[in-house]
Amino acid sequence: MTTHPHGEAPATPLLSVRAIEKSFPGVRALSGVSFDAASGEVHALLGENGAGKSTLIKIVSGVFPPDRGEVLVNGKPVDLARPDDARRAGVATIYQELLLFPELTVAENIFMGHAPRAGLRRIDWRAMHDKTNALLASLEIHDLEADRIVGSLSVGNRQRVEILRALSQDARILIMDEPTAALTEYDVTRLFDIVRKLKARGVAVIYISHRLDEIFAIADRVTVLRDGAHVATKPVTETDAAGLVQLMVGRRIESLFPKITVPIGKPVLEVKDLERRPLTRNVSLTVRAGEIVGLAGLVGSGRSELAQTIFGVTPADAGEIRIAGQKVDIRSPARARSLGVAYVPEDRGTQGLVRPMTVRENFSLAALGKVAFGGFIDRGAERKLAGDGVKRFAVKASSLEQIAGKLSGGNQQKIVLGKWLANGPKLLILDEPTRGIDVGAKAEIHRLMGELAAQGLAILMISSELPEVLGMSDRVLVMREGRIVAEFAREQATQESIGAAMMGSHENAEKVA
Amino acid sequence: MTTATLAGAEANPRRRLKVLASQEALLAIAVIGLAIAVGLYNPRFLAARNLSDVLLGNAYIAVAAVGMSMVIVSGNIDISVGALIGVLATISGTLAVNGAPIVVAWLAALVAGVLVMALQGVIIAYLRIPAIVVTLGMLSILKGGLISVTGGKWITDLPHSFHLADIELFGVLPFPVFLMIVVTILAALWMRYSASGRAIYAVGGNAEAARLCGISQPRTIVMVFALHGFFAGAAALLYATQLRVIQSTVPPNLELTIITASVVGGVSILGGVGTVIGSTLAAVLIAEIASALVFTDVSPYWIRAVQGVLILVTVIADILRRRRMAGA
Repeated sequence: MTTHPHGEAPATPLLSVRAIEKSFPGVRALSGVSFDAASGEVHALLGENGAGKSTLIKIVSGVFPPDRGEVLVNGKPVDLARPDDARRAGVATIYQELLLFPELTVAENIFMGHAPRAGLRRIDWRAMHDKTNALLASLEIHDLEADRIVGSLSVGNRQRVEILRALSQDARILIMDEPTAALTEYDVTRLFDIVRKLKARGVAVIYISHRLDEIFAIADRVTVLRDGAHVATKPVTETDAAGLVQLMVGRRIESLFPKITVPIGKPVLEVKDLERRPLTRNVSLTVRAGEIVGLAGLVGSGRSELAQTIFGVTPADAGEIRIAGQKVDIRSPARARSLGVAYVPEDRGTQGLVRPMTVRENFSLAALGKVAFGGFIDRGAERKLAGDGVKRFAVKASSLEQIAGKLSGGNQQKIVLGKWLANGPKLLILDEPTRGIDVGAKAEIHRLMGELAAQGLAILMISSELPEVLGMSDRVLVMREGRIVAEFAREQATQESIGAAMMGSHENAEKVA
Repeated sequence: MTTATLAGAEANPRRRLKVLASQEALLAIAVIGLAIAVGLYNPRFLAARNLSDVLLGNAYIAVAAVGMSMVIVSGNIDISVGALIGVLATISGTLAVNGAPIVVAWLAALVAGVLVMALQGVIIAYLRIPAIVVTLGMLSILKGGLISVTGGKWITDLPHSFHLADIELFGVLPFPVFLMIVVTILAALWMRYSASGRAIYAVGGNAEAARLCGISQPRTIVMVFALHGFFAGAAALLYATQLRVIQSTVPPNLELTIITASVVGGVSILGGVGTVIGSTLAAVLIAEIASALVFTDVSPYWIRAVQGVLILVTVIADILRRRRMAGA
């Protein structure tokens, strides 16, 4: 895997990553990934969510060490145990969420931690100011002043401050994690100008983005990761969007997903022209009893926001929701719950589980009305409810009184799922139901979803894993920028067609009725 | 297989050991152990008269700590309660001295307590302002208001029937101690077995998850503060009626002692964890330590330092426990 027949890697690349392996409890994040970037090259890193891109860049930026493998800078092995080691090795990373101090000025942000010093080690404000101006001039940025407060800047300008900060530390390797995710079109153009200037200076830029058109516009080579493994490295001139999508989504065993064919019943959820700006725009969809509808899309395409609008967390501004044919106005999660809607959130840590509570207490939390009489909880009924859930979901806990936060991710997810089913819902909205859990627990949850659909539950499943979407859904909807841009029947859905609709390569994203 | 594991766990002797390792059990052991140890050094410590005085003089702290524990479990804090107890005692005493029926004087403290705390709860929950800031503001208002209105004059000549603390049930059980025990047990049962009590733990443990489960966070917080105000009123009555005079100033550092009782009692400062049994036992332990210092000829000024050590030890243990949990 260290040779790339199609890549023209120079003799000594500026950055070289060799056979990196990294595992987290229950997950193999990277299995023997190699990657390199040359001076003056923009190397794009591509892959689905969970393919291992973030883990790879975190290893290169010294956030955590690899289990096996090595990182070489200029041909010499470097030990990147801490972010500071990476910085000294000339690696700078610009994360999606910019790490700036909003109350401080541009100059202070750029030189935070390495301000120029004068006698008695006091900060040399004049030098800092001059150096900032020199940096600004070197990138031909004329609309940013050294003493502006960063909090008052646009996202594009804040990103420029981060880039300047990297340059002020003489970074030779610049990692940009989805830099255009929050940028306007104008800012994207300016960012590309800067990236080209950096290239000309011999900086190696590692560019992570889901937007294929950007990769063809700015990158020299592209490396595709899938499931923690290196799939391919190619010059962008030797591939096209369809080819990349195919490499990204790859092929996986469909038999992992035991989709049971069940009779589809009456519509349970009907949404018409639902609006909640900025990420829910004119959305219409229907989910029927016994049906699993997959909602695909990139992170940030508005899928979770749509789910939360239907569930009343962020009530809609306009449009119509019908549950079982009845027009309803859902202004709060409590109302949604009473209408028979259940929502299993994406982030079970912050949204799903009350970690200090016991397994029993978590199970009954969304169904307290069922086990409480006259405001007091019937312990027997509660224990039975939780015990049934534990049995049904095969939760591995030492007892009902175990603290939920101590369980593994998969078991926590089963509790979050089971908690909602205790209420006997008609519609189940699952947001990334299997993210970050191990294969066994994943299969268990898929099996349950099939069973629940067979019992007549309507399921709306948000997932960033295309194989899961394809394997579990009767129908697939694709969201992009807050809109539903494509719909596929199960037979018509392929990884390529969904992938293309997600990315916005329009030729494949014909709307199928 | 899972059910088998579950059934096995019920009978597991390690489970019983775990119950003994709970904060409440540790505190109960500490209370008894300390009494025996100090009793061996100075038997007069164990005299019924002294033990009763220790409980009698500190029951109001335990009662206030019950409300404080609820507030902290819900993920908030209240530093105005000491000042409020001073104000409520003065209101009640002033009414009693000016000829209001005693029951009215008593009720006034409870009602005013509920109103002031509920108001703070509304500001915290609906305007989403951190509790520490809101209650810091209230602390200043109450403290400054009290001294300005009363001019620091003591209230004397309180009618005899005003003194709740003088009542002895069955001829032996002083009313404050009785109230402390009853309030603690009722509040503990309510927190453990009622849906509203469960809501407090849910909101403090994970507000977002609670919200998605249809539990209203603002309503829960206002309820908790209103109850806390009620207990503060009850505490004020015990405090006001145990001496012949009401000093019309805010008892110094009272809120800190109350918070200490909650925290040492095992209520997590991060919210979501703790019981009022723990806080009451901790209040008793702190009072006992103060008395023990006297009986072992140690300067009673050490009590603050001892409280500080207790707080640090408990909080560090709590944080370490949480970290272990997060790591699992």
